[in-house]
Amino acid sequence: MAEVGVPARLELRGISKQFPGCLANDQVDLDLRPGEIHALLGENGAGKSTLVKIIYGVLKADSGHLRWNGEQTTITSPSQARKLGIAMVFQHFSLFESMTVAENVALGLDDNVRLDVLSDQVAEIGRRYGLTLEPERVIHDLSVGERQRVEIVRCLMQNPRLLIMDEPTSVLTPGEADTLFITLRRLADEGCTILYISHKLSEIRALCDRATVMRGGKVVATCDPAEETAYDLARLMIGADFSQASKTGSTQFGASRLKVRNLNMAATALHGTDIADLEFEVAAGEILGIAGVAGNGQNTLLAALSGEQLADDPATIEIEGQIAGQLGPRRRRRLGLAFVPEERLGHGAVPEMSLIDNALLTGYDRQGLLSRGSIMFSRTKDYAERIVKSFQVVAGGIDANAGSLSGGNLQKFIIGRELLQQPKVLVVAHPTWGVDAGAAAAIHTALLELAEQGTAILVVSQDLDELLQISDRIAVLTAGRLSDCMVTADADVTQIGLLMGAHVADDLAEPDGEQRASQT
Amino acid sequence: METLAAVLVSVIGAATPLVFAAVGELVAEKSGVLNLGVEGMMLIGAVAAFAAALTTGSATLGILAGAGAGAILALIFALLTLTLLANQVATGLALTIFGVGVSALIGRSFVGIPLQRLQQLDLPGLSDLPIVGTLLFGHDILVYLSILLIPATIWFLDRSRAGLILRSIGENHAAAHALGHPVIAVRYLAVMFGGAMAGLGGAYLSLAYTPMWAENMTAGRGWIALALVVFATWRPGRLLLGAYLFGGITVAQLHVQGFGFDVPSQFLSMLPYVATIGVLVAISADGARARLNAPGSLGRIFHPDA
Repeated sequence: MAEVGVPARLELRGISKQFPGCLANDQVDLDLRPGEIHALLGENGAGKSTLVKIIYGVLKADSGHLRWNGEQTTITSPSQARKLGIAMVFQHFSLFESMTVAENVALGLDDNVRLDVLSDQVAEIGRRYGLTLEPERVIHDLSVGERQRVEIVRCLMQNPRLLIMDEPTSVLTPGEADTLFITLRRLADEGCTILYISHKLSEIRALCDRATVMRGGKVVATCDPAEETAYDLARLMIGADFSQASKTGSTQFGASRLKVRNLNMAATALHGTDIADLEFEVAAGEILGIAGVAGNGQNTLLAALSGEQLADDPATIEIEGQIAGQLGPRRRRRLGLAFVPEERLGHGAVPEMSLIDNALLTGYDRQGLLSRGSIMFSRTKDYAERIVKSFQVVAGGIDANAGSLSGGNLQKFIIGRELLQQPKVLVVAHPTWGVDAGAAAAIHTALLELAEQGTAILVVSQDLDELLQISDRIAVLTAGRLSDCMVTADADVTQIGLLMGAHVADDLAEPDGEQRASQT
Repeated sequence: METLAAVLVSVIGAATPLVFAAVGELVAEKSGVLNLGVEGMMLIGAVAAFAAALTTGSATLGILAGAGAGAILALIFALLTLTLLANQVATGLALTIFGVGVSALIGRSFVGIPLQRLQQLDLPGLSDLPIVGTLLFGHDILVYLSILLIPATIWFLDRSRAGLILRSIGENHAAAHALGHPVIAVRYLAVMFGGAMAGLGGAYLSLAYTPMWAENMTAGRGWIALALVVFATWRPGRLLLGAYLFGGITVAQLHVQGFGFDVPSQFLSMLPYVATIGVLVAISADGARARLNAPGSLGRIFHPDA
């Protein structure tokens, strides 16, 4: 594949970056060829984000140098990176919620372009790459897929020669992801290099020409992902063998432990989605997966189940046969409910408090950590210690602040904290969101083991692969309504994908037209 | 009719310092900085304007000194909160207390000295018209400036690229930084503009509204200006409306006494502040609407490296 005489689009040599307490990049070398889709793989904390931030000029490397189209250069700011032709789509969208699409695009440009002229250019790019957008709409009204289109169009406005994408599909439906791949391949055919960061090995194998694997701040391998199995790639990332979780296939479930009947609830959050007529049951030993793109009522459903928002009719929710619709979170926990919310920092854990304190916050009751209102510190420490040990949480001790842990490790801690309480019913939101392959496998194994012990588990997730892997039955939440529950073994993935995308199709005047445009 | 015109003229007088101070704070907040030191900056502006006008005899120099002094105090605030990353709420409160004290210290020798009221702009013909003349064409330069400030601010925030960048920084400073916009520099400028405007508001008080210096002469107007920004849900047009509403309440308080209603004067002087609290509660009741315009990064500390 090496083209003699054509310089690499971007060549990094010996890039190092030291953060207080960790060497995020250690002598990293990277070559990106013109027109290739290059995957950057690695677990959380492997140094991928640091590296792309250095390329985009957000961070400065401590040492090393960089060649752009064969010429030595230094990139000191994002605006300089953009002038060279480097564009980036961020993992956490860097959009401005209360502003329009056109304003958001304008903010990514260095020249002053009049907004009406800009709207025409946005439409033009939309036609070329199948990225339909309405320039006057305000971001907070857009679906996640549409928001990503805004980010991509903003990058394409600069006619980039290198497009960096940081975990772009983590929030998309399968259909939206396919549309994105078509766009990316088209860009690559036009000679644009794409640096693609993702955890999803299957899509990297399908999409990328080459892959660079990072571990602990170092590059450990460069390979052709199509020639490696997903397992081999994961092993390269983790640096050790690991076992994928899988169901043992038992279909014998016990009595129903969580019953929801005719549940209606209005969303309290701004732009939240109301849920209507929800009906499902989770039996002892069963895992029920709720699929669906974020923003379809998941938050309202989770608030309704955890007790943060009370139902009007108490009989709509039953936990362990007890009517629970109007019980608060604490009383539901007494009935045997455990809950892992979507937001880790600030909802699942208090970032400024130690792991010990965070362990206490939900465990005090079922673990008996209180004595006449005062905290029994030695027991609480033991409990925190047990969570850290059993779930291999990497942290600077149990005194470390929850906020100092990486996303994956904090998630392991939170899930561990709930699991060790031996709940009767467990409600988990997005258990492995932003978590690397090794940690995800550990979390899945733990959930399956818990189900085997007779806990009824409800998993709300956007990651369809995950739900297909661990759940016994699947239902799709779309625009606040729940589809029928399907037995996972017989479920049709295309059908689920269509159900997940249903509200997106409703939003667009001509969904078919868009599909066609993206394929030409 | 003449009485009504006189009342309306005094409403304009009461509203003008509020317009200045609130517009300045609005721009600063749109950039994501909550400066609670408006009261202090107004007082510094008032005493600096009075001192400069009295010693030089030039009202123009007085106005400039007022704006300049407000901006300098705002610069201290910016240095503390933007460069040294101090907490904005605590620093803003400290700035007010500091402004009250320093203005009193500077103003000690000026207490009780009268000053020539700021000249009205005389528009030949127009100013002599009955009623309309006094109402529309009988004001000083600062009143007109405060009115013009509103469309200028609307144009800047909604139509100019600089305004777009300023709003984006207030909305999501991490994203703006990632796109390469100078978060700290823009915030410095916005905070100093806020200070200069608060200073002008103070200058209007000591040069035109009551042309003299008295300790603590702003009497809580800085706090009302802060409340006005929320009341206006960060929109300059509504802010003008709100300022005149509050100006009206302030004046009504005097006239109610004049008409001989038997209400203790303390209750009447409470009126503008009670109205402020009432309006804030009413606005916050519909939290979703207020949040829509509120800058997303308001009051949050920005670390460029995080």
